[in-house]
Amino acid sequence: MTIEVRGLMRRYGGVAALDGVALAVGQGEFVALLGPSGSGKTTLLRSLAGLEFPDAGEVLIDGRDMAQVPARERGIGFVFQNYALFRHMTVFENIAFGLRIRPRRQRPGRAEIARRVEELLALVRLPGLEARYPEQLSGGQRQRVALARALAIEPRVLLLDEPFGALDAKVRKELRLWLRGLHDRLGLTSLFVTHDQDEALELADRVAVMRDGRVVQFDTPEVLLARPADAGVAGFLGDAAPVACEVRGGQAHFAALPPVAAEGVRDGRAVAFLRPVDLLAEPGAGAARVAAARQDGRGVRLTVELGGMLLEALPAQGWVPQRGEACCVRVLGARVFPA
Amino acid sequence: MRRRDALPGLGLTLGITWLWLGLIVLVPLSALAIRPWELGLAGVWASVTEPRVLASLRLSFGAALLAALVDLPLGLLVAWVVVRYRFPGRRLLDAAIDLPFALPTAVAGLALTALYAPNGWLGAPLAAMGVTVAFTPLGVVVALAFVGLPFIVRMVEPVLRDLGPEAEEAAATLGATRWQAWRLVVLPALGPALASGLALAFARAVGEYGSVIFIAGNRPMESEIAPLLIVARLEQYDYAGAAALGLAMLLLSFALLLAFGLVQRWLRRGMA
Repeated sequence: MTIEVRGLMRRYGGVAALDGVALAVGQGEFVALLGPSGSGKTTLLRSLAGLEFPDAGEVLIDGRDMAQVPARERGIGFVFQNYALFRHMTVFENIAFGLRIRPRRQRPGRAEIARRVEELLALVRLPGLEARYPEQLSGGQRQRVALARALAIEPRVLLLDEPFGALDAKVRKELRLWLRGLHDRLGLTSLFVTHDQDEALELADRVAVMRDGRVVQFDTPEVLLARPADAGVAGFLGDAAPVACEVRGGQAHFAALPPVAAEGVRDGRAVAFLRPVDLLAEPGAGAARVAAARQDGRGVRLTVELGGMLLEALPAQGWVPQRGEACCVRVLGARVFPA
Repeated sequence: MRRRDALPGLGLTLGITWLWLGLIVLVPLSALAIRPWELGLAGVWASVTEPRVLASLRLSFGAALLAALVDLPLGLLVAWVVVRYRFPGRRLLDAAIDLPFALPTAVAGLALTALYAPNGWLGAPLAAMGVTVAFTPLGVVVALAFVGLPFIVRMVEPVLRDLGPEAEEAAATLGATRWQAWRLVVLPALGPALASGLALAFARAVGEYGSVIFIAGNRPMESEIAPLLIVARLEQYDYAGAAALGLAMLLLSFALLLAFGLVQRWLRRGMA
């Protein structure tokens, strides 16, 4: 199913939660809505589900205007941030809810419902838990029950509000990849809200970066990282450190770093966003000093001190940096925006 | 050797609890349980099965139950409005809910009587429609509903707030109509709180005295509540007879509250 949003506006009191959002999501895409809190991402998600009514603008699902379609008729699966499981119902009853409440003519038979619930429990890898109550489940299990409940109505669009927000780091990583697999297997069109850029960049086909009620950039993770639309996006993604510089003739000049190409940026004061992967630190006499070096599962995390700034950098191949050691830093690339 | 516990103080707190319970509740209640028997078994039986006593017990318990049941949807509605909507004057309404708690019950009784008397603001139009409230059993129900309402509201309110709108929204995204969401999601979740509120409103109503006696008219066999009969017997120095009636009320209340408790436990199944 395709989703298209045009000129969506929503105000609360005097504050615009959505300020002219436009977005087009294709069939089978997995899209992240990424932004700081208050950027309007949850309001957008809720508007798609019919839980929020925009003041202006259109939501089209498969080309059909949703303005007059209530939430219960949209057939969209929604997973709430706090899961919103029905506490007085067992896992089985929670998952079966969407099927049991159908009008008699469309309702599957008792045995069919039981079969479907069992299937869904297997799908979310929680077999044998049907008799438990939500209270008796862990956070990760609750999340998967919420997902199974949403999937029971066989939605073609799945919306998830901060799906991993309340989980601990390890469970979160596992569930992420599993959710992505599920999306691909079921042929869903999915949107999820997150404020965690790693999650968005790792999981999504495309990421809509939101700020102040607008989508500022909607691109694949590769494009977002390589060509951020503005300084805000550049600063928000990829752990970039903003460093003041001066652009002269397509080159950015720093106080303490070698110059780097900044094509198409007008001359004058500017800000360069430098990610850890943009900076290569090499041993040897230089202006920089190793401030901290820490080994973790992904290699050495290195922080260098340079001209009063602390920057994360990559250590040169084969070098084991020691604290306090002198080094020099090369700039491999930068995204530069006029200040 | 005593086992160490992560939550110390069981001995002390339990001791104080028992002492308090003993002094405030058990000693007076056992006096109530002992006193009537000076009449002898037959005397007690005769004393609580007088037609006038039976009528008053019927009225007291019937009206209390009816009032609590009337309060149930009303209290739910008030709690709903206070929790779910933001409107000017919400805090004022919130504070006003507790007024029946704070008002001396006699004041409430006088106010209700003035309001519902045949020449009162509400009594006059009702009388024109052929409904008499003041000095009838209906008046008793009105007074008891007035004092009971806050119990329902205050029991339901926190649970409703905790439930949040998400559960209903989840039901809507799964295809539920408003009515289905209410019947299948909201009401069952509020069930235990509604049952507790009902029990409290009922218990309060059974024991209510001050607000009722003014509006009831206190006509024997018709609008006379049991607590009034107890007071009447006390005034006639018939302490044993008063205690016998008190004991009867105590046992009936206890049985009913126990039943409410069982219903509540059944409604709470699955929820911690």
